[in-house]
Amino acid sequence: MITGDRKSLEEIAAMVEGFERVLILGCGTCVTVCMAGGEREAEETALALRLRDRERGVSREIWYANVERQCDEEFLQEAVDHVARADVVVSLACGCGVQHMVTVFPDLIVYPGLNTTFMGVTEELGVWAERCLGCGDCVLERTGGVCPITRCSKSLLNGPCGGSADGACEVDKTIPCGWQLIIDRLEAIGQLHRLDEVLPPKDWSKSHSGGPRSRTREDVRGTDDVEEGAQ
Amino acid sequence: MRSGSNLEKVLEAGHFAVTCELGPPKGADGEEVRELARLLKGNVDAANVTDNQTAVVRMSSIGAARLMLDEGLEPVMQMVTRDRNRIAIQSDILGAAAMGIKNVLCLTGDHQSLGNNPQAKSVWDIDSLQQLAMLKAMRDEGVDAVGEELKGSPEIFLGAAANPFGDPTSFRVTRLAKKINAGADFIQTQVIYDVARYEEWMEEARDRGLLDKVHVMGGIVPLKSAGAAKYMQKMVAGIYVPDEVVKRMKAAEKGKKEGRKIALELIEQLRTVKGNHGVHIMAIMWEKLIPKLTEEAGLLPRPKV
Repeated sequence: MITGDRKSLEEIAAMVEGFERVLILGCGTCVTVCMAGGEREAEETALALRLRDRERGVSREIWYANVERQCDEEFLQEAVDHVARADVVVSLACGCGVQHMVTVFPDLIVYPGLNTTFMGVTEELGVWAERCLGCGDCVLERTGGVCPITRCSKSLLNGPCGGSADGACEVDKTIPCGWQLIIDRLEAIGQLHRLDEVLPPKDWSKSHSGGPRSRTREDVRGTDDVEEGAQ
Repeated sequence: MRSGSNLEKVLEAGHFAVTCELGPPKGADGEEVRELARLLKGNVDAANVTDNQTAVVRMSSIGAARLMLDEGLEPVMQMVTRDRNRIAIQSDILGAAAMGIKNVLCLTGDHQSLGNNPQAKSVWDIDSLQQLAMLKAMRDEGVDAVGEELKGSPEIFLGAAANPFGDPTSFRVTRLAKKINAGADFIQTQVIYDVARYEEWMEEARDRGLLDKVHVMGGIVPLKSAGAAKYMQKMVAGIYVPDEVVKRMKAAEKGKKEGRKIALELIEQLRTVKGNHGVHIMAIMWEKLIPKLTEEAGLLPRPKV
């Protein structure tokens, strides 16, 4: 999932200052799961802003709504009535959702209510961790299913560096050394020999370094019915 | 001869080589480098010049290396892959070689979060092994990273770092093997305080046939105080300082004197380690010690080759 952290109330309040009708729009997928920008957080944010207004004697309309996925126009259209009423929308989706709102509703002012952080997993209830940088050229089959690009602070393909100590990264003792994890895992599955070879430099042109990426499936492009298009 | 550098000649002639470290100043005052170069000249075969060590901004290693050359001290230019992508690395190597720099030490570099610009974007387009392989191809095949022909290939003696005490334990010697296979001509190790453990690592390397292909130089860091020893033991990742060393420093009346004594003992022990071809003395901010230490250790005069 994509994770995020909600911006501070003061930051959000500063963005929407002077607007009369403020919509807080949650997103029902990734950021709901990581408890940062779903319906519940949208409600909490709206309540907190209202309370803040009341303390300052400000009177205006602040309400919340939620859609399943802000990165999909189909779902965004479900919020069209809310959007039509709003002077400003604070989107609690990831950066993708915020940008898609502006594309779908070009006249609308949309501000981000989250700092989008990473693509990751739920390690335990209330703990999420980064797992993928979307480099466009997966090497997990060589590294025992542990990503060197993401889990090594230096994205080394031939690690570990000299800063690995007692299983921890030099950046922070709470970060496990990604290369220690890779070596442990390959040892456990009897594939440590995979690391004998020096991996060549990575083709970063497949990542964001090659410019913003897009993906097209010509066979389904423009069709409403994916199944039909795929045939 | 791959580079014809003094360090390469000394090592190839079978002498016990001596290198040390020179930390460039935080500023544009070249005189500081020149002064250090004059102090160190004649006491070592070459001196490493660090590349923004611990990710703190300093005069570039390429610039300081040029100043050292002017003073007649051969540089080992350190180059980390933290701050440069493959375009900049190749370009800097061509420039360095054109200016007469003949030794390069390839390093990953400390993470910028440990330095004075933690907000910086990291590069690490390639790692130190890929850097070694790239520079080796530039030198031996006369081609750049994409196989395009170079007009004049950089004649450089290629070095890498190794940590005999680094984690993960089971992978230490494999990592050395990978560096040698990637193109390392010489290895300078992380600081050694436990020669017995260093010998074990060397033995394993020898058993795997690695030591015929490379010159390994053991790392020495002279200690200034018990506090410094304790700090290195607790705070610096990948450095192993045995408790006895800390105890000895604590019990000593004069820290610097004891540190010097320990360094001398270590150099003496390293001379007897099979396959160990020299010492690399890292006395950052204490460069003045080098002439005395090398004299006392009987390493002077340095061979003329």
